[in-house]
Amino acid sequence: MEALRTAEDTKNMSESKNKKLSPEQVEKISHLARLELSSEEREKFAGQLSSVLDYIAKISKLDLKNVEPLAHVGELKNVWREDEVERTDVHDKLMDLAPEAKRGHFRVPRIIEE
Amino acid sequence: MTMKYKTTIGMEVHVELGTNSKMFCACPTSFGAEPNSNVCPVCLGLPGSLPVINRQALIRTVKTGLALGSEIAEFSKFDRKNYYYPDLPKAYQISQYDLPLCGGGFLMIELEKGEKRIGITRVHLEEDTGKTLHESKSGRIEDAAFSLVDYNRSGTPLMEIVSEPDMESSAEAAAYLTTLRCLLRYLEVSDCNMEEGSMRCEANISVRPAGSDELGVKVEIKNMNSIRNLQQAMEYEAARQVKAIESGEKVVQETRHWQENKEVTIPMRSKETAPDYRYFPEPDLPPVVFPQELVRQLESELPELPPAKKTRFVEELGLSAYDAGVLVADKQLAGYFEECLREFPHAKTVSNWLTSELIGRLNKLGQHIGESKVSASHLVGLLKMVEAGKLSSKQAKEVLDEMVASGKEPSQVAADKELSQLSDSGELEKIVDAAIKANPDPVAEYKDGNEKALGFLMGQVMKLSRGQANPQEASRMLKDKLSG
Repeated sequence: MEALRTAEDTKNMSESKNKKLSPEQVEKISHLARLELSSEEREKFAGQLSSVLDYIAKISKLDLKNVEPLAHVGELKNVWREDEVERTDVHDKLMDLAPEAKRGHFRVPRIIEE
Repeated sequence: MTMKYKTTIGMEVHVELGTNSKMFCACPTSFGAEPNSNVCPVCLGLPGSLPVINRQALIRTVKTGLALGSEIAEFSKFDRKNYYYPDLPKAYQISQYDLPLCGGGFLMIELEKGEKRIGITRVHLEEDTGKTLHESKSGRIEDAAFSLVDYNRSGTPLMEIVSEPDMESSAEAAAYLTTLRCLLRYLEVSDCNMEEGSMRCEANISVRPAGSDELGVKVEIKNMNSIRNLQQAMEYEAARQVKAIESGEKVVQETRHWQENKEVTIPMRSKETAPDYRYFPEPDLPPVVFPQELVRQLESELPELPPAKKTRFVEELGLSAYDAGVLVADKQLAGYFEECLREFPHAKTVSNWLTSELIGRLNKLGQHIGESKVSASHLVGLLKMVEAGKLSSKQAKEVLDEMVASGKEPSQVAADKELSQLSDSGELEKIVDAAIKANPDPVAEYKDGNEKALGFLMGQVMKLSRGQANPQEASRMLKDKLSG
């Protein structure tokens, strides 16, 4: 449901033509992507993102009644594998690469939620 | 719950499919392995790795959909659900959004007042996350400085079954989950072990004044890891919401956590903003056009499902609805019962011995039928000895005690305990003759029409046989001889 709302937001934003994204909207998008932007960058991307949305708005105006929604850009379908096990044995290598590890686990900063 | 309010419950059930390998890679799915041992670049979300769908997981999901009467999608795809959490290494979960594998369907649940149809919204396939462990000296999450992450579970095939908000009480929610678990076990798609987390449930619950058409504000409840927990949580939460409404507060739309030890629900610390998962089609996976021939094949291969089995037990085998229900509720128990019937086709006798005698003994030991040392053929052996008159019912129960404890064969146990019943007519005749000869007075009384004298003579037969005479046989023989 949340995604639908986002799609709706996008539609609303793209319909308001030439209107730049607000700093709050850019802030929200950058937070979702876990990107820290400086105020100059926010300003810069607000313009760039807005022009992307303007472009999408043009597509939205096309008559797509007889066009099937596209699920995948390739022509492939039904690419699958049988349910067979193959072990990789990467545990030690993995722990060496981990920024922090403890008793075979990855150690991460405390998780606040839940 | 007062009658002035109506409760509405919808459920989301996640089931780990018991495949050998993970959803999108060939790592094993075994439970309880060393941390981070069943992992590879795909399930760790390392750059450049690509997922490939496990065909068996699709098959199990379609089987479930067929058993629930869902429509199997002709065209289905996977989508990315984006969020950040340490147990999700790619920062997105591959799931299904708008084109799930199965849509619609229903599950019939049995209630005291009769059957009820619970609608199924959809059944889709996704991948499980890793597991986090919060460590602190006090053992409380709040005090934990770090979290430890194990990705063994990451990428395990997870099937999500979403119901319509058709349940109206905690009892209905419990019946739904019990019935669903039973069905999934018959389908052999998952072991549905709630304690180990291979079956997990979340419930959306709201209350509204009776007579109102508008649903109340719904609250999502998590962390209920048993059917009993679910029932308790639903009761608590419905009462909490009613109390809030009656005291003029508003019920807030939120996610709450069931706290088993305190038997309350508490709000989960909410994120700063509402979740925004930004679903989009998974570019790394081509769509699934599940072959129609395979759907038909799977449909024809579905096992006899619990409702059909129960009907057959009642209508063809003559069991009571209650006994049939007890047997069918557990796939292994039903299988054991049917295995017994193949060698000993007396359904009521087998059902009685199985449900009251054997299960009663196993329950005392905390054993499930699958762990029983008494095999179906051993139980049948015992029942055949009773039928042939070699053991009395009472003796057979004593033999069964030992069989449950040691797993020995019934004939062996009977021999060890020197338990047997004298049914051999030659042996028995000698004893009956001796009893008649030694008691001329009672014999005369019986012949004069005193029926009570027969009881005395029977007592003498039992005494002479040291309790081992088959009473029915001995009584019949006595009467024959005295009337001759």
